[in-house]
Amino acid sequence: MEECCVQKAGLDACISERQNSISSGGKNKTAIHCADDSLAGSVSQRACVFCGARVVLNPVTDAVHLVHGPIGCATYTWDIRGSLSSGSEMYRNSFSSDMKEHDVVFGGEKKLVACIDEIVEKYHPPAIFVYATCVSGMIGDDIIAVSKAASSRHSIEVIPVESSGFISGNKVVGYRAAAVALMKLIIPKNGETVQKTRKLNFLGEYNLGGETWLIQRYLAEMGIEINVAFTGDSTVAALKQAPGACLNIVQCTGSMHWVAANLEKEFETPFMSVNFFGAENTADSLRRIAAFYDDPEIYRCTEALIAREMDRIRPIIQRYRKKLTGKRAAIYVGGAYKAVAIIRQLKELGMEIVLTGTQTGKKEEYDDISGMLDENAVVIDDANPAELEKFLLEKRVDVMAGGVKERALAFKLGIGFVDHNHDRKECLAGFDGAVTFAHEVYVTTCSPVWKQLKRTLAPEVC
Amino acid sequence: MDGTKPAGRARQVNENQCQMCMPLGGVIAFKGIENSMVISHGSQGCSTYMRLANVEHFNEPVDIASSGLNEKQTIYGGEANLKKALDNVTRVYAPTVIGVLTTCLAETMGEDLDRIIQDYTKERGATGIEIIPVPTPSYSGSHTEGFWAATKAIMAHYTRHSDHHRRINVIIPHISPADIREIKRILSLMGLDYTLLPDYSMTLDRPYGGTYQKIPLGGTKPEDIAAMSGAPLTIQFGETCPDELSPGLWLQREYGVPLVNLPLPIGLEATDRFLEILQKISGHSLPELLTTERGWLLDAMADSHKYNAEGRPVIYGEPEIVYALSRICTENGAPPLVIASGTKNSRLAELLVPVLADIEDKLVLLEETDFATIDVAAALAGVNIAVGHSGGKFLTERRGIPVVRVGFPIHDRTGGQRILSVGYAGTLAFLDRFTNTLLEAKYASYRTQIKEKMMIRSC
Repeated sequence: MEECCVQKAGLDACISERQNSISSGGKNKTAIHCADDSLAGSVSQRACVFCGARVVLNPVTDAVHLVHGPIGCATYTWDIRGSLSSGSEMYRNSFSSDMKEHDVVFGGEKKLVACIDEIVEKYHPPAIFVYATCVSGMIGDDIIAVSKAASSRHSIEVIPVESSGFISGNKVVGYRAAAVALMKLIIPKNGETVQKTRKLNFLGEYNLGGETWLIQRYLAEMGIEINVAFTGDSTVAALKQAPGACLNIVQCTGSMHWVAANLEKEFETPFMSVNFFGAENTADSLRRIAAFYDDPEIYRCTEALIAREMDRIRPIIQRYRKKLTGKRAAIYVGGAYKAVAIIRQLKELGMEIVLTGTQTGKKEEYDDISGMLDENAVVIDDANPAELEKFLLEKRVDVMAGGVKERALAFKLGIGFVDHNHDRKECLAGFDGAVTFAHEVYVTTCSPVWKQLKRTLAPEVC
Repeated sequence: MDGTKPAGRARQVNENQCQMCMPLGGVIAFKGIENSMVISHGSQGCSTYMRLANVEHFNEPVDIASSGLNEKQTIYGGEANLKKALDNVTRVYAPTVIGVLTTCLAETMGEDLDRIIQDYTKERGATGIEIIPVPTPSYSGSHTEGFWAATKAIMAHYTRHSDHHRRINVIIPHISPADIREIKRILSLMGLDYTLLPDYSMTLDRPYGGTYQKIPLGGTKPEDIAAMSGAPLTIQFGETCPDELSPGLWLQREYGVPLVNLPLPIGLEATDRFLEILQKISGHSLPELLTTERGWLLDAMADSHKYNAEGRPVIYGEPEIVYALSRICTENGAPPLVIASGTKNSRLAELLVPVLADIEDKLVLLEETDFATIDVAAALAGVNIAVGHSGGKFLTERRGIPVVRVGFPIHDRTGGQRILSVGYAGTLAFLDRFTNTLLEAKYASYRTQIKEKMMIRSC
């Protein structure tokens, strides 16, 4: 048996086949190996196709989300996102067809039909998303036919989401399944059309901690209205008005780039990338939106807003910067756009980023990430806990930003942690979010508890 | 008592789940074995979801590997993936035992685990690693069955003929690490040697300090499991455990070790029963410390009984803990009006008959149920307090019914791993939580309520 996890400085992975998925910062590096299937036995932090689809669609507030499969898939995703709603709370329920052995052997379509009928009778929802899972996909239940028949039987939207978990371990494939489902919902039927307006759609925005509402406030001040967000605090009726927007702004590109491209093809709506994580990113995004409208009044309001907010938050951020300068940070998140935004924000706080990784980054995105980091930084795709542990210790990290699974590891290693996941409760977007983010980084990095923990830590660290 | 006949779900759809999936229970059992690691044989998502649920509850890193099956393997089989997963887990974690838990997908594909593992062992030669497969498709059971199935499989894998010895066997259901530690403390206070299975009291609640270990220290030792066949007695807290999954019953049938099935020692009577047996086996009388703890509990029961009499609880969760909690609530004058489990269990109804014999209120017993059903039953019965895991959060959000958190999962409060409810001390801790939850709700609203009820309203 090979020596377990050789602890020497450098970029060695514990598993040799993972070697090419680990690289370093700086420009002109050899390409990182990414977007591949996770290695068997490597304890990947990734999820599955179903998970990707569910997190994208779940914030549609008045829709019923029905998982066609055995119980687990629904249990684990019940009310899993911190997305907030201004109206219906239907999306916070978790519906499952609860397939049993009998259904696996004889087929689950009959039960699925019964479930849909029961839900319609009890709730009369405007739409039901029917998610395929490993088992329903494997035994070949025809959720498309069942959905179509139920749609016409009940005169509501019953939309199949082809999210059988085994198709891939990569959430991005699930994002696509969700995107296809969204397009099915949006494209007008029976020759109906949607009138074009001056409003914009906000794609890849999930209203975590009320983020959609905050950006809505900024845009309103600029004189711009949001038509509908995909999918934070959206309703079925509002999503059907999506073709009426004159512009699509796209935040989470991983989940929504394909939708934006298709909306452009179908309805000739142009799109642009935005990013509201960090004050600089927010200002830049607002300016580019203003430029699209190219209206003197909008320009004036935008600049006034940015000037006012920047003046307000600059001294606060400066105060945190003083405390955080020189601290060492690690990032491990789902999507690359988020990693890029966090790198920028942590740099604004004077911090050094020594490790950055994502579950689903693409090659070009990793090039961007590497370009933002210096040569001592580690860049990693689809990391496992052993690798994270190794680099967190080796790089003497003070604070990490990531998801729930990484949190417990960070704390065990005596390292601060910032929740940047879809379960978080705080608004981290916009100018206000930049302050909240800085505050979160500060309270965890500089918490007095670390001093107490370090007193008992064994001298031998890695 | 009336109406203990289990009322199942008439509906097809499950709305807001009251149970987790079968392999999750298996993972927890394996985490109670020394130097063990688990592989979930299925899609990547299954292992990630189970890790998430465990991390949120235990506030510990809980590593679960996946064989990462995808589309290709669903056609050609997952053998190569599983073998690779075994290799990689061995390399990174250096475990001495690997539990392989199947998922819905692997079972639907018809993976022949025994043969794959046999092949693997032949190909790799003596690696010194025990590989224990457990079929755990969640379409045939919840995490409760997964826990028992894995515990039994572990026992069956290790146990050999052993000379008679004095160590008793203690087999636990899915309880908190703090509960396990309390049971162990009681056994030690009684001067008994024991083998407790599965012991995740340290592995899923590790103290801080020292170098981080990928596999936490602690857990039941394989050599101790092997010798469970030579024990004078097995105590199993598994009155609701189905015969076919019962580790204690298996041991009795295979090796003739007498089995005493007990209710979890939650509540005075149940703890007394546990200690009576321990006194009989050890020949020791109750040590002073436990006598004092018993006295404190009795004192608290008297102090709180009038407050507790206002409790009209709904109790939900896994059958074994639901049974124990029903006993403690009834014992303190707050018999449950609704008892519910996401798991189907053939024993619960029968076990509850004597517990609730003198109770006039009609009991609603729900099995294989969901929270949509529990919610309606609780409202109809006029429930004012809930006892169970975090899944009941909507009872508070939507009905204003407070939840005394106990069981698994606790994901919206911290310290799920430290919730103590067993023994005299644990019973007292639970009782205080229960009583104070009632009092907090009462003080929050009784002035307004009495005003509304009593004062003459001006038109």
